[in-house]
Amino acid sequence: MRIAGRGMIDRRKPVSFTFDGRRYSGFAGDTVASALLANGQRLMGRSFKYHRPRGVLTAGSEEPNALVTTGVGPASEPNVRATTQEIYEGLAVRSQNAWPSLDFDVMAVNDLASPYLGAGFYYKTFMWPRRFWERVYEPVIRRAAGLGALSGQPNADAYEKAYAFCDLLVIGAGPTGLMAALAAGRAGADVILADEDAVMGGRLNAESEIVEGQPGQAWAAEVVAELAAMDNVRLMPRTTVTGAYDGGMFGALERVNQHRARRGTGAPLECFWRIAAKQSILAAGALERPVAFANNDRPGIMMAGAVRVYLNRWGVAPGKQVAVFGNNDDAHRTARELAAAGVHVAALIDCREGVRVQGAAYPVLSGAQVCNASGRKELEAVTIRTASGEHKIQADCLAISGGWNPSVHLTCHLNGRPTWNADIQAFVPTPGAVPGMRAAGACNGVFSTRGCFVAGLEAATAALEALGRKPVAINFPEAEDAAYKLEPLWAVAGKGRAWLDFQNDVCVKDVAQAAAENFRSVEHMKRYTTQGMAPDQGKNSNVTALAVLADATGRGIAETGTTTFRPPYTPVSIAAMGAGGQGKGFAPERFTTSHAASLAMKAPMVEAGLWYRPSYFPRGQERHWRQSCDREVGFVRNAVGICDVSTLGKIDIQGPDAAKLLDLVYVNTFSSLKVGKVRYGLMLREDGFVMDDGTCARLGDQHYLMTTTTGAAGQVMRHLEFVTQCLHPEWQVHVISVTDHWAQFAVAGPKSRDLLNGLLDAPIDNASFPFMACGAVQLGGVEARLFRISFSGEHAYEIAVPARYGAALFDLLVARAEAMGGGAYGMEALNVLRLEKGHLTHAEIDGRATAGDVGMEAMVSDAKDCIGKTMSERPGLRDPKRGQLVGLRPVGAVKQLTAGAFLFAPGDEAIRENAQGHTSSVGFSPDIGTFIGLGFVTRGRQRHGERLRMVDHLREIEAEVEICAPVFVDPEGGRARG
Amino acid sequence: MAELKAQNPFADLLPLKIGGVSVDARDLGHLTVLGDLGNRAALAEALEQAHGLALPEPLRSTENGATRCIWLGSSEVLLIGTPPDAALTKVAAVVDVSDGWAAVQLSGVGAEDVLARLVPVDVRTSVFERGHTLRSQLREMPVSITRNEGGFLLLVPRSVAATMVQELRRAMEAVASRR
Repeated sequence: MRIAGRGMIDRRKPVSFTFDGRRYSGFAGDTVASALLANGQRLMGRSFKYHRPRGVLTAGSEEPNALVTTGVGPASEPNVRATTQEIYEGLAVRSQNAWPSLDFDVMAVNDLASPYLGAGFYYKTFMWPRRFWERVYEPVIRRAAGLGALSGQPNADAYEKAYAFCDLLVIGAGPTGLMAALAAGRAGADVILADEDAVMGGRLNAESEIVEGQPGQAWAAEVVAELAAMDNVRLMPRTTVTGAYDGGMFGALERVNQHRARRGTGAPLECFWRIAAKQSILAAGALERPVAFANNDRPGIMMAGAVRVYLNRWGVAPGKQVAVFGNNDDAHRTARELAAAGVHVAALIDCREGVRVQGAAYPVLSGAQVCNASGRKELEAVTIRTASGEHKIQADCLAISGGWNPSVHLTCHLNGRPTWNADIQAFVPTPGAVPGMRAAGACNGVFSTRGCFVAGLEAATAALEALGRKPVAINFPEAEDAAYKLEPLWAVAGKGRAWLDFQNDVCVKDVAQAAAENFRSVEHMKRYTTQGMAPDQGKNSNVTALAVLADATGRGIAETGTTTFRPPYTPVSIAAMGAGGQGKGFAPERFTTSHAASLAMKAPMVEAGLWYRPSYFPRGQERHWRQSCDREVGFVRNAVGICDVSTLGKIDIQGPDAAKLLDLVYVNTFSSLKVGKVRYGLMLREDGFVMDDGTCARLGDQHYLMTTTTGAAGQVMRHLEFVTQCLHPEWQVHVISVTDHWAQFAVAGPKSRDLLNGLLDAPIDNASFPFMACGAVQLGGVEARLFRISFSGEHAYEIAVPARYGAALFDLLVARAEAMGGGAYGMEALNVLRLEKGHLTHAEIDGRATAGDVGMEAMVSDAKDCIGKTMSERPGLRDPKRGQLVGLRPVGAVKQLTAGAFLFAPGDEAIRENAQGHTSSVGFSPDIGTFIGLGFVTRGRQRHGERLRMVDHLREIEAEVEICAPVFVDPEGGRARG
Repeated sequence: MAELKAQNPFADLLPLKIGGVSVDARDLGHLTVLGDLGNRAALAEALEQAHGLALPEPLRSTENGATRCIWLGSSEVLLIGTPPDAALTKVAAVVDVSDGWAAVQLSGVGAEDVLARLVPVDVRTSVFERGHTLRSQLREMPVSITRNEGGFLLLVPRSVAATMVQELRRAMEAVASRR
C-alpha cells in the first residue's frame, strides 16, 4: 500500500495497466513491481524449476523473481524485469512459467518432487537410452522448466545501434557517479554519464537522508540539472553499460521507448551503444545479498535495501507487518525508516550478539536468526531461532540483508579477477583490471554517502589528470558517513531447502551435493548446479554460493575464488545487437543501371554477391522459366542478345610497373599483350588453387583494365592491394576499382556488329576490330569503350559507358536487338550459353580447383614466376587421380542432370568412398536438345566416351551420363572470330 | 545518331528531409582519382601548378574555389569539380570515376546524430572539423565523409545509392523520434 507524502511518483498522474489481464492502477514514475506492490499484489512469478510462487526480491535490474512478459503478439518481450519496467497507460504485463495461471500452476507439482530434482538429477537420470535425449527428454524438460517464450512471429519493433565517443565515461549516477561527472564536467571534459535508472541519483533516490541540508533526492536532481545544462556532458538515463572491451570500448543498452505507449515512426525500442572512452569511472554501486534459510524464497521476503527503495522512491510499504533480519547496521536503517513512515515493524532480528538500538519502537532480537518462513503464496510468519529456542512471529514481509556485494562485474570483463576484502566480507575490484577504468564508491567497497562523494571526486581528479585536464575546486556536500559493520552470515543452519539462486532454484544443499561429488572448483560447482547461469547471472547468489562452497570444502572464500564475470552485465536482446539487420537491412543491395528496366520487363532478380541481376525476361505466353531461357539462348545463337555485365569487377591498373604486376598475379603473360588487345587470364591464390579468371585489356602502354568475376571482385582487389602494398611497395603502379563508374553490356550474337554499327558514331569491321580487340569508341558523342570478347562463343562485344548513360544505353540496345529478332537475356541464358562453350564460373573454380583440374595447365607460363605457381607444384595438386573438368550428357532413360550430384562407376554402390567425381553446373541446351553439364571426374580427360552413374542423393535423381569434351558448341571457335 | 540521356544515381529518392536533417543529391561534376605512383612531391607540385590545390594530407581536404581535393586512402586523392589537367598524367595514375560515386550533402541539426547511427567514427565538430575527411563504413557500405560548410559530403559507390538513402532514412527517423 501507498504511504502518503513519500516517493518520487507523480500522484496527479494515475496510470493504468494490466497484469495477467487484470487492471491495476499506479502513478507516473512507478515500475511494474512498485505498482503491483502498492496494489497488494505480491505474487509476480514462478520459479524456473520447482515453479515455486515468487514475489519481488529487489528493486533493480538484478531481480531474479519478478520476470514478466510485456506486450502482445510480435511485440511481446519475455523476461522483462518488473523492477525496471516503467508503467505507462495501457501496458500489458503477463506472468511467465506458469500454467494455467500464476495463482494455480500445475507444474508446481515439481516442488513436491524436489527431493529427486536436486543438482545433477538430469545428468544422472536421463543417461539412456541415448537417442531419447534429444527426442524425448530435452523437449519435455525444456517445456517444464523455463522462462518467458518468444512470440514465434517476426519482431515488429525497430531497434537501433549507435556509436558515442567521450573523454570520460561515468558508469552509474549515484552519489559517486554524480560527483565524478560534476567534477569532470566542470573541468570541461567530454563526459558521458550513463545510468540504468530512468531517474539519476542511485541510492540518493532510495534513501531518506540529508545531503547539504536538503533531501538527497533534491540534491541529486539539482546536480543532474546542472549536468544537463553543460554542453560537454551527455546524460544517458535508462542506459545499462553491459560490457567493457579492449581499447576503451564499452557496450551499453539504452531502453529508448520501452516506457512509452506511443512510439513515433521508426522510433527504436532499444539502442545498443558502442561507447569509446579515453577514461572511465565505474560507479556501479553494490548489490545487497540475501541470507539463505529454509523457505527464504516466499513472496514477501525481500532485500532490506529494496524495501527502503519501495518506501522512499515509490511511497510503497511492502507489508503491513514487516520483520527485518540482517547481519549488519544497514538492516537497522530499514527498520528505522519503516517505523518512521508508520509501518508496523514486527521485529528487528540481528544475528550479531550484543546489538542495542536506542529508543527502538520495535523489538530488537540480538544474536537471533530467522530459520524458516511459512505461508505459500504470501509470507505469513517467520521462525526465529535464539539461544532459548525457536518461535514464530507474524509478518507478511521480511526484509533481509546479508551485506552488500560491490558490483565488480565490469572490472572483470577483460579477464581480471576481483580481490577479497575481509573487512566487508566481499570482493572488490582489482585496480588496473580494465585499463583506464577506476572503480569508485560502493562498487569499490565504500558504502557511506560521504565516502562515495569523496571517492567520486578522487576518481574524477585522477581521470582528469590522465586526460591532461586541470580539475576545478568543488564545494564538498555534507552527508552521512556511518561506518558499515557486519558479521558474516551466509546460510542459517537447518533442515529444508534454503535458496541461494532464486532464479535457477539452486539451494544450499545443491552446492553441498556438488562439493560431495567432488565438483569442488567454483566453476565446476556452477555448471553442476546451474547456480549463476540464469538471466541474473548470479548477481544475487554468487558470493553466498561460493561462501557455502568454501565452507563445504573447508577452504577460505578468497581461495575458492569467483566464477568468471562475462558481458553482458544485464541481458541484451539480440535484436538490439543486430539492429538494422532485419530483412533487407542485412546487407547492402547493389543495383545496376538497368535494374529499373529489368523490373519493368518483369524479370525475376537473382542475387550475385550483393548485386541483383535479372534471371530471365518472361514474355507473352511463356509459363515456365525454361521457355524464356531457351528463347534467350536462341537470341544469342541466331540474332543478337543484350545482357548487363556491369557487375563484373573492373580494376584500372596504371603505372610503369603495371605489366610486372599482371605477370606476377596471372599465370599467363600480360607484358606481351599489345595495346588495344584483350587476353583471358587465370590467377592463383598463394596456395596454388585458382582464385579467379577473367579478361584483361591493355588500354595503353602503362594502362590495363582487369575484369574479374562478379563474386570475386572484392577478393581480387584485396589481393592486388596486398601485392602492391606488401610484396612490391617499390613498384610504380596503382590499382583503382572502376566497377561502379562503368555500365557495361554484352552485345552477343551473329548480328551484334550490325547492331553496334547502327549506334556507333564511326562503324567497325572485322579488320579494324577483330576478336579480342579493344578500344575507345563514341556513341552519340559519349566516350565509350568497346571490347570484342565473348562468353557465349558467338561473335560478341561488350560496350561500356559511364554509368549515368547506362540506363539509356540498355534501353536503346534492347530496342535495337528486338528489332533485329533478338532481345535481352538473363542469368539463366547466360549460364546455358557459357556451359555450351565450357566456359568457367565459380561453380567450377570453387576454391578447390587447380589450373590443371580445369584443363588450363598449359596456360601457366614457364618463362616467369607467378603467385601460387610454386605451391601449385605440390604433389597433391599434381596428382593424376584428381578430378578433371569434363563435359557430361545424359544417355539413359533419365534425361535430367543436376548440379552437385556425385558420379559413380555403373556397378558401384553410391557411397562417398566410391565417388569418382561430381557435377558442377548443368543446364538444358536448346542447341544440343538435352541437358548438358560440366563436372570433375578422376582422370576425366582420358575417359571421354565412358559412362557413369550420376546420383543426386538430396534430390533423389539418378541418371546415366557419358563423359565428353567440355565444349558442346562450335569447338573450333570460329563463330567468335567471324 | 543515338542520343543517350544521363541519369543521376538517386533517381527520385532524394531530396529527403526528416526532422531537422536533410539529404540532397550533389552533382560534383568531374571526379578523378589521382593515384600516387611513388613521386608524391611531383604530384603535389603538378596539382598546385595545374589547379592551385595543395595535395591533401591523410584525413584532410583542400579547396580552391569550387575545385576540391580530398584524401581518399593510401596514396590516393580525389580531385573534384574540374577535369584533370593533362600534366597530371605524367606523375600520377589518373582515373575518371565521375560516375562511380554517388554524392549527397547531409545537413541540419542532428546530422551528427544520424551519422553516429551509421558510422563507427567520431565526427563531432570538436574532432572532425571543416575540411576534415575520412574513409569508413556507412553501415556496410564503403563511404567517404568530408565535413564542409553546410554539414557533411558523403560519397558511396553508385550501385549502393538506394541502400544509402534507405539507411539514412532509417537513422533520420530514429533521430527525429527522439526529439
